[in-house]
Amino acid sequence: MLVHSRAGRIAAWVVFFVLFLPLFALPFLVIVMASFATNWSGAFPSHPTFAHYRAVGGGDSLHALTTSLLTALCASVLALLVGGWAALAAEKLRGGTRKVIDALFVLPVAVPSVVVGLSLLVAFSQPPFLLNGTAKIVILAHTVLVTAFAYQSVGAALARLDPAYEQSAASLGARPAYVLWRVRLPLLLPSLTAAAGLCFALSMGELSATMMLYPPDWMPLPVQIYGATNRGSLFEGAALAVVLMVSTLLVLLVMGRVRTRATYR
Amino acid sequence: MASASAERAGAGPRADTGGRPVRRRGVPGPLWAVPPVAALGLVFLYPLALVVKQSFSPDAGGHSTRPWSQVFQEQSFRTALWNTVWIAAGSTAGCLVLGFVLALVIAFVPFPGGKLLSRFIDVFLAFPSFLITLALLFVYGTVGMANGLWTDATGASSGPVDFLHTPWGVLLAEVTYFTPFVMRPLLAAFSQVDTAQLEAAASLGARAPRIVRQVILPEALPSLAAGGGLVLVLCLNEFGIVLFTGAKNTTTLPTLVYSKAILDGDYPGACVVAVVSVALSVSLYGLYRALVARTTGGARRAGA
Repeated sequence: MLVHSRAGRIAAWVVFFVLFLPLFALPFLVIVMASFATNWSGAFPSHPTFAHYRAVGGGDSLHALTTSLLTALCASVLALLVGGWAALAAEKLRGGTRKVIDALFVLPVAVPSVVVGLSLLVAFSQPPFLLNGTAKIVILAHTVLVTAFAYQSVGAALARLDPAYEQSAASLGARPAYVLWRVRLPLLLPSLTAAAGLCFALSMGELSATMMLYPPDWMPLPVQIYGATNRGSLFEGAALAVVLMVSTLLVLLVMGRVRTRATYR
Repeated sequence: MASASAERAGAGPRADTGGRPVRRRGVPGPLWAVPPVAALGLVFLYPLALVVKQSFSPDAGGHSTRPWSQVFQEQSFRTALWNTVWIAAGSTAGCLVLGFVLALVIAFVPFPGGKLLSRFIDVFLAFPSFLITLALLFVYGTVGMANGLWTDATGASSGPVDFLHTPWGVLLAEVTYFTPFVMRPLLAAFSQVDTAQLEAAASLGARAPRIVRQVILPEALPSLAAGGGLVLVLCLNEFGIVLFTGAKNTTTLPTLVYSKAILDGDYPGACVVAVVSVALSVSLYGLYRALVARTTGGARRAGA
């Protein structure tokens, strides 16, 4: 306890909420409020309606949602495979090689996502790889961007893993592949699902690289939201944003449930 | 069952080799790293190399430094570079101050629901950045809460709040979005602070500001530096927030890359800006990683 007087504590809390509420709580609140409105000229929005959500139920918006979900699913599975494999391989290495692999897999975080998009556009618009204008290039971009996070979270989980389990399995004669499959991967499962959830959420909200290379028939939700707000349909954009937030949260919650389930095994 | 016992029988003799590691057989360790590294090389490093190559290949053909000299002469590039740097530096400073104050209260002046709030902050990090700008449009935009309150109160036709399309709007959005990135490592560091130290300082007569300055701040400095370094790089790279403000006069390097490539079709120029942007971000990120490696692992969680 840092502040002992009651008045001082209350003052600290007031400062906290005066900063916290307008900055962090208000944004979510206004987006949700706006998504049910058609007009905002006073302190609060007016003309309540469900029309924006009804519009989400069909046509382009629904297509954007499924596009986003599919892209995020593919990207996080791929990222987990590549990032997880790299983390498992890197764990056995020491010294310079390890450092190089660490740096390589963390680099996509430092490079601006827009540049990742541009580079894929430049590289895959020319032979030998022609992917420009397909859904594959969007999925590829998302995979590149989230692999770094998969690598980092699996690597951190590996560092926390108690080596006693695999050592005793190995001392009982289990081969490395068997140890990996029956001992290490089950122990890693909670971290793997958490990493998958993180990758999924990041991919659902990815805008920068996607703006560079989305084809007209593969338009993820964030691009759709930008399109709506850019042509002035702010309230429609707000409804789409709520859909994006809710679907991201649902997926994260499901992943969280898996995690707690796995820890009780 | 049968396969498991066969496995055991087959591996039996090796189990008697004492403490010697068993994994020495088969593919040597470094080779396992080859497939993922090759994949990354193909979809990340090779494209980046092509960007550098394209920046030296003007549309007219051949190879020259023409695109570079052209871009460096443009006023828009210099403005974008300056905007990127000062907005990122300003946002980082704002995040550090705000994040420190908020984390301090959550950690040391606990209140019911504080734990829930830190969970809420984690949720915040799961959402994309441009949602903040979208929300600010409803709070401070021409149609929105702040101006609505003003027009309701005064009867004027339009409100006085109109800064969202300026760099200040970008700054506010970035401070809002990136503050949790500072708070998370800070909360981790604060949970390591020994409360007995605080009690001792308090019983010796130190008031709260002095305890913060002389006990808590030194303890938090590594995490502050790490969080600040991460936020600086993320702000330099931020695209969604700037794009959503819709300001034509607020360009940063990432939005300049976008407008040059997609709107103008000037790929060599876009590649030049991209190379500059990557050089700036990666060198700062390298510094940040070195800093994190130097300090303890607590700050590492910010990246994971």
